[in-house]
Amino acid sequence: MRVATLDSETDFDGWRKAARAFRSAGVRPGEAAFRVGRDDGGLFDELEPQDGGQGAQFPVPRAFVELAQAVILHRSEDRFDLLYRLLWRLEREPDLIRVVSDRDVADAFERAKNVSRASHKMKAFVRFRLAEEEGDEHWISWFEPAHRVLERTAPFFARRFTTMRWSILTPDGQAHWDTRHMTFGPPATRDMAPAEDEIEDFWKTYYASTFNPARLKTKTMQGEMPKRYWANLPEAALIPDLIASAAAREAAMVAAPAPEPNPRLAKTLSRLNRDRAFEEGFTPSSLEELGQAVQACRRCPLWRDATQGVCGQGARPARLMIVGEQPGDQEDLAGKPFVGPAGQVLDAALAEAGIDRDDAFVTNAVRHFKHTPRGKRRIHQTPTTSEITACRWWLDAERSLVKPKVILMLGGTAAQGVMGRKPEVMKARGRAIPLPDATALLTVHPSYLLRLPDREAAAVARERFVADLKMVQRLL
Amino acid sequence: MAQLDLRQKLSVLADAAKYDASCASSGTSKRDSSDSKGLGSTEGMGICHAYTPDGRCVSLLKILLTNFCIYDCAYCINRASSNVPRARFNVQEVVDLTLNFYRRNYIEGLFLSSGIIRSGDYTMEQLVLVAKTLREVHGFRGYIHLKLIPEADPKLVEMAGLYADRLSANIELPRDEALQRLAPQKDVGVIKKAMGQVRLGVEAAKPEKRDRIKPPKFAPAGQSTQLIVGADGAPDTEIIDRSASLYGGYGLRRVYYSAFSPIPDASSSLPLQKPPLMREHRLYQADWLMRFYGFSPPEIGEATVGGMLDLAIDPKLAWALNRREHFPVDVNTASREMLLRVPGLGVKSVDRMISVRRYRTLRLEDIARLCRGIDKVRPFISALDWTPGGLTDAADLRARISPDPAPKQLSLF
Repeated sequence: MRVATLDSETDFDGWRKAARAFRSAGVRPGEAAFRVGRDDGGLFDELEPQDGGQGAQFPVPRAFVELAQAVILHRSEDRFDLLYRLLWRLEREPDLIRVVSDRDVADAFERAKNVSRASHKMKAFVRFRLAEEEGDEHWISWFEPAHRVLERTAPFFARRFTTMRWSILTPDGQAHWDTRHMTFGPPATRDMAPAEDEIEDFWKTYYASTFNPARLKTKTMQGEMPKRYWANLPEAALIPDLIASAAAREAAMVAAPAPEPNPRLAKTLSRLNRDRAFEEGFTPSSLEELGQAVQACRRCPLWRDATQGVCGQGARPARLMIVGEQPGDQEDLAGKPFVGPAGQVLDAALAEAGIDRDDAFVTNAVRHFKHTPRGKRRIHQTPTTSEITACRWWLDAERSLVKPKVILMLGGTAAQGVMGRKPEVMKARGRAIPLPDATALLTVHPSYLLRLPDREAAAVARERFVADLKMVQRLL
Repeated sequence: MAQLDLRQKLSVLADAAKYDASCASSGTSKRDSSDSKGLGSTEGMGICHAYTPDGRCVSLLKILLTNFCIYDCAYCINRASSNVPRARFNVQEVVDLTLNFYRRNYIEGLFLSSGIIRSGDYTMEQLVLVAKTLREVHGFRGYIHLKLIPEADPKLVEMAGLYADRLSANIELPRDEALQRLAPQKDVGVIKKAMGQVRLGVEAAKPEKRDRIKPPKFAPAGQSTQLIVGADGAPDTEIIDRSASLYGGYGLRRVYYSAFSPIPDASSSLPLQKPPLMREHRLYQADWLMRFYGFSPPEIGEATVGGMLDLAIDPKLAWALNRREHFPVDVNTASREMLLRVPGLGVKSVDRMISVRRYRTLRLEDIARLCRGIDKVRPFISALDWTPGGLTDAADLRARISPDPAPKQLSLF
């Protein structure tokens, strides 16, 4: 048995030096031992290992070094041996650290996980108490970490409480922050930290009040807040009483008779609760009224998953009315028609044709965004005939208020909304269609231009689109 | 004496806020106070500072500014017609409590909500003022979650987004019709519009690659919402559909499901029973399947009976038992997508398996070391030394994996 002596329980550099020497001397895992301190000499063959020749060394992956630095903080006695065994195997199995299903590797990762969890719990369960020293505030905590994570975790508190002078005292050692520098000290005892803090009663009040007695789940609580930490958590003292009284509190809530309704309140409510729903027979007298009324529209189910109904916007009265299909993702959020990608295509083409969008009234055949969710996106869906028909009521109302001379219909849905029938777009486009109240002109929807994959075809299609818009210009 | 008053207020206003299930303090931008100004830090991962016996964590100081409210929502303890004791903090009191708790490392920050007093605008203004004071006067770098008052002026929502890490507005009831019945003054359209505004704000704050000057941060931890489960008779499939629509429509980080629980001084329009906690749990599992496992709402629907998720087994196992033609999955060759469909394998286990199989051919014992329990996994996989044979198609497979009798679903209607 070859024995190496380390300076402390967390002496990683000492372990690394010794392990390197053992490895180069060919000491097998079962024959290497690591001891902390110098008080157990005599029993073992104490032999300070020599630094081996450089030639005998081999590189280890960074992942192993990081893993070892964590594992060494674990309180188990055999952690040094486990790490040495891994080091020994790494020479023949250089990918070993990546094989997390290997018994030794899994064991090491499990211990590293425990260490990381102990560090996380320290961030959570340290409770500072305020001590005044010569008019200076000093925040002191007594804490008992599950593993030796004080030095690893202290920088977190320095980043968080940079402007506070604080100390964390543990049975393993002390960490002190003076607002600029960190220092570490020897093991501490509980009586070195303040025994109370005036805000603790407020904290306990909060803890007790935020607990819902109707949902007792004590196992979950203990899983996340193991009992080993309770002694240093002031609020944990309340737990037994909270659990004991929970059933009675819940029963009282369930048994209590429902309170008498307050008649004055009921009267106020009925006044406030005006029926905003859309009613048959309602005729909007202005576009504003129409915009409000459409929010209550339940003529088809599309309202349910949409954000809001989107009505037309623009000049009024307007000589030109442009009708699209339905609001898209962006329009649904903004509450305005044609603000998304298709709207930008339309704007550019209008400008090219010499039409000012501000002189036109822009609207849609359907008021609500029809879509299906896919992951975190909403995919556009074409409205059905019955949905377009249900929505014609709103478009007709808009037409009677805007009184356009020309109606530009973008795509088949728009045509169906305006005329009540769906012509074949590619055949009927670009021709004036007389309607009782206006002249209609059909062209493609600008999103059709966005979808064409072939650049040349897209350019041709766009030219035809602009040509259709120029036709509109002539009709006006 | 004044102190006692403040403690009483804290007790009333924490009690009133506890029905909001949201508790997260994660996913925001990283920042700390190491420039020697201000106080606090966030490092991406949230920290739960305590747990109460209801199994829920205490990460934030979750309180209401006031529990006075002009609304009368039947499911809410703070509704106008309830006789609970009322209290109101002033802005400075909330700021002081937050800082005092934070310095002692009790909390990660503040979750501030409020009953509606005077008007939506006035209430939202007060909430924003608390956040503004914490950030601008005290240089507070901790986490702030503000509740949106949906009917408030969009300019106030914009300000809230500048100071808060997360914003939320609660949809509350999966069925819009039920919202009209139980919360007559609430308008789901107004809530959706406010959430839409937050999504547009968050998107506008994401810098384009070309931008030299970064736009100001807007709610870097995004937005969330809450659905109360078991108060309006909506089946699970309807709740899942509503969630999918909310995730897609407003880019939500989280939808919280809160089993409706008895409240003191409850309205007669809601029956009082123990909250269906297992149903809530299954909904969270189904939600995870959608967000991290590539399940679509209709696929989750396949695993339900009469629109309700199975209470005895988790939704992924329920789905797999119905769709056995997809199994067994060969752990050494299957795609990540397919491995994620295996009951008992989580995202972490699957990623580890994929990493290990570049170096080793996986045996059953390897899988056992990489997942939580092999019993549930075994019938659905094949490995180097293992094929399930007829086990995958065994008629009593469900009973073998989950021998417990199904707990009875508590129904509220």
